Amino acid sequence: MNEGNVRVPAGDGPVGASVEQRDSRWHVSGHTIYVDDVILPGMAHMVLARSPFPHARIRRIDLTDAQKVPGFVRALTAADVPKNIYTILGLIGFGLDEERALADERVRYVGEPIVAIIADTRVAASEAAKLVRIDYEELPAVFDVEEALAPGAPAVTEWGINAFNFDGRPFRQVRFGDADAAMKGADHVVEGRYQMSPIEHAPVETTGCVVRPEPDGRFTVWSNTQALNMSLDLTAHILQIPTRRLHFIGGTVGGGFGGKVDGMVEPLATLGAWLTGRPVKYVYSRDEEMIVSSTRNGVRIYMTDGVTNDGLIVARKVRSYIDCGAYSRHTPYAVQKHAANLAGPYFIPNAAFDIYCVYTNRQPSSAMRGFGVTEASFAMEVQMDRIAELTGLDPWTVRFRNAYHDGDLRPHRKPVEDATLIEAMQAAARLVGHRLAPELLAMSSKPREV
Amino acid sequence: MTESITVRFVVNGVETTVFADPLTSLQTVLRDQLLLTGTKAGCRQGGCGSCSVLVDGRLELACLRPIAEVEGRRVETIEGLSAGESLHPIQTAFVENFALQCGFCTPGMVMATKALLAENAQPTKDEVIVALSGNICRCTGYEPILAAVEVAASRLADGAQTGASRERR
Amino acid sequence: MAKVTGRGIAAVNYPTGMNLGGDPTIALIHASTSGVFNISISSVELGQGLKTVLAQIGAEALGVPLETVVLHNDDADTGPYCTGTFASRTTHRAGNAIIAAAEEARGVMLEEAAELLAVEPGELATDGQGNIVVRSTKQSITVAEVCSSAHFVHGRNISGRGIFFRAKSPVDPDTGAMDPDSTEAHACTVAEVEVETETGQVRVLRLTSAYEVGRALNPRLVHGQIVGGAWMGVSHTLYETTAPYYPLIDHAPESFSEYLMPGPAESPVIEAEVLGIPSSNGPYGQKGVGEMTANSPIPAIVNAIYDAIGVRFYELPVTPEKVLRALEERRQSATLEPATAGR
Repeated sequence: MNEGNVRVPAGDGPVGASVEQRDSRWHVSGHTIYVDDVILPGMAHMVLARSPFPHARIRRIDLTDAQKVPGFVRALTAADVPKNIYTILGLIGFGLDEERALADERVRYVGEPIVAIIADTRVAASEAAKLVRIDYEELPAVFDVEEALAPGAPAVTEWGINAFNFDGRPFRQVRFGDADAAMKGADHVVEGRYQMSPIEHAPVETTGCVVRPEPDGRFTVWSNTQALNMSLDLTAHILQIPTRRLHFIGGTVGGGFGGKVDGMVEPLATLGAWLTGRPVKYVYSRDEEMIVSSTRNGVRIYMTDGVTNDGLIVARKVRSYIDCGAYSRHTPYAVQKHAANLAGPYFIPNAAFDIYCVYTNRQPSSAMRGFGVTEASFAMEVQMDRIAELTGLDPWTVRFRNAYHDGDLRPHRKPVEDATLIEAMQAAARLVGHRLAPELLAMSSKPREV
Repeated sequence: MTESITVRFVVNGVETTVFADPLTSLQTVLRDQLLLTGTKAGCRQGGCGSCSVLVDGRLELACLRPIAEVEGRRVETIEGLSAGESLHPIQTAFVENFALQCGFCTPGMVMATKALLAENAQPTKDEVIVALSGNICRCTGYEPILAAVEVAASRLADGAQTGASRERR
Repeated sequence: MAKVTGRGIAAVNYPTGMNLGGDPTIALIHASTSGVFNISISSVELGQGLKTVLAQIGAEALGVPLETVVLHNDDADTGPYCTGTFASRTTHRAGNAIIAAAEEARGVMLEEAAELLAVEPGELATDGQGNIVVRSTKQSITVAEVCSSAHFVHGRNISGRGIFFRAKSPVDPDTGAMDPDSTEAHACTVAEVEVETETGQVRVLRLTSAYEVGRALNPRLVHGQIVGGAWMGVSHTLYETTAPYYPLIDHAPESFSEYLMPGPAESPVIEAEVLGIPSSNGPYGQKGVGEMTANSPIPAIVNAIYDAIGVRFYELPVTPEKVLRALEERRQSATLEPATAGR
């Protein structure tokens, strides 16, 4: 393991210069090839028939009318998928094999894919997908994270409890110092309930791929994934083929923001190319991108801070519910990242955090810009202002007093390195013409004097 | 399904004939038949502007225009603005002002800018904002795009060469 | 009807790197016969300028002109492994990998040059203009000549390999103890908003921030993340949601006419200063910045709304409907009780 390369650049060399973007001349001239710009002879199109219900059993699938659409080529159902388990974190030994590439007996969110239609044109594939007749038995659905955890809630998961298991608990916990005791000894207690909404990444380019079967048994996959190798490995896993048969091409994406890390489209498109012997394009329509593709998690945070009269946070207790939707995907990872950032840039000597990954019948959430941290920053920074108001301090002072220094222990017991919050706040204050008290201007992030 | 028809129109100065269902969008014809993929398909709902083209000099959303209505018209796409290394001043202004990141909205933004500056050579900032209000950018926050348009306007007013080939396909 | 202004602040940290580590990135570099350096990676460009900044790092570390560096990231056959572009990890990991690969390639290049110039490699420097120079005598030779000679005269392979890898950290199940990240960037944002009390509309007038990013490897690209991120922060705070009546799934948007985001007319003035206090492990001291820039505006805006109208919002997005309902609620409770002292 190397420690990285902290060198000083030459100063007149490329590092530090505002060099023109490598792609910009390609982009402005319309010359860049994005995934949907890959157009191959004989290319067929894939469109999915999806669940209209948030929770239902699939009783019967009838393809008769779909097959009659002119241009229909083939339909794929669960039985066609060699290993019908979608498992983005399972590849690195972290997640669960709980989601299907194509639903077999139960659907758990509106938009869950059930039948993949392949046809000569996108329009024909759409028409045929609409004509897939599926008989459903609707099931009760749950949408609220706390309701989903209450006894008697509809079971979204197969094991009945709507929470991801972290080392034997339905939540990830952080325990540092003695939060209960410190809370009792605090001069004030501030509690808040914060709620972040699910957000759609909405890149202007939708998620998609094109797959061409090659005569030597390989598949060339043009993909706008944010992770070429992970998507390749996932595709190989679902299709049960050696990774050497997959040639992934990509690397230039029309906006990602975390929404193109799930690898949802490559496995089915590759399977379609394999079974038809034709190139297959599978690109999300805009409404699919909005309704089906993963979102940022909705997160509900209950944050309780024990505060001294001087505005110092001596204890923080948090219960967070991260709504992963119907399947956990990357959310267990977000839980751990959230856990590592609930004290933010502050020194909090006593902490108790319980963070849940909760299943609901909503479109699954996954990575998005700031994953796990955006909501923590939102909650604690609004809470910080409340602490300021309560203790009669101004919002700057309360933050300076609580700011961490190099060497401070964070609740997950890692010592702080590269602390620079104080310096950032000093600069911001100067920029807006806010005069800080001399003792705040004199502060730095250097280790505290013992 | 309706019977396909022949449609004749001019694309970037080149006389073109296509055979298509009359309701096929200009966007689909440009991309899938003529392989002019610089015009993007961000939504096919008329909501993002990434398919912006000029039809008889007017800014239009190619995804909302049925090909039958393009008969006899003059269409300009992003490909018509540059030839090889030689970029249109609007394009150069975008490059120099870092007015793009992922680039997917960029052809549409450039075409919207071209339409604006052809009609209004010295637009105010508010006029620029209105002219680009049909083009969504998810990456830049719009600020560098507005700056680029201002630079492009002043360069074109100073007589910058457009130099784009009209023969290019 | 009134337009009321307010100011609010927020201060945040953001970690660099995939949480808990275990996310390798490898880079390979090889020189052509005429002094073109090819960097092969599989890291994905999303528009943040990855290809640009990684080429800059490669050129700097090799000591050669930027225009002689070509970067390939489009092919998983020829590009070595990269875990992916997310978690503000890529410039950090790929940058470090490229520096390591460049060191190896540069070492071979200087060996060849040393042999040609009959000196020790330690006596040589690169001028960044395409030349290798003997420091004491100023005698020089071009990089192109050296690459040609390496191929055809001495049979040296001017190439290099680099990997950046942090072993995956375990998580203690009882304490939560873990080592989640490589370094932390920090930001402080001050938001000025205007609330129109009759319509509930909130306008963000200005966002002023300081972003501490370790080292700005390409200042314009950093600025691009600041402005784009700030815009997205405004959008998260006031506009966007896939579930307008969360937790219900009703009225889920299906198009851009329903999924609202601010346009250029709604975008604030953005002023930012970038601080560079080098990190202990980033390439040239860099820290990841792409995600942090969307985080600090969000609570700053919410805090500014409180300053303007005395209503604190705990649920996002703060839509005009929510503002009006809150103002109405406050009006109603004020009629029931005497007005309390100001906030």
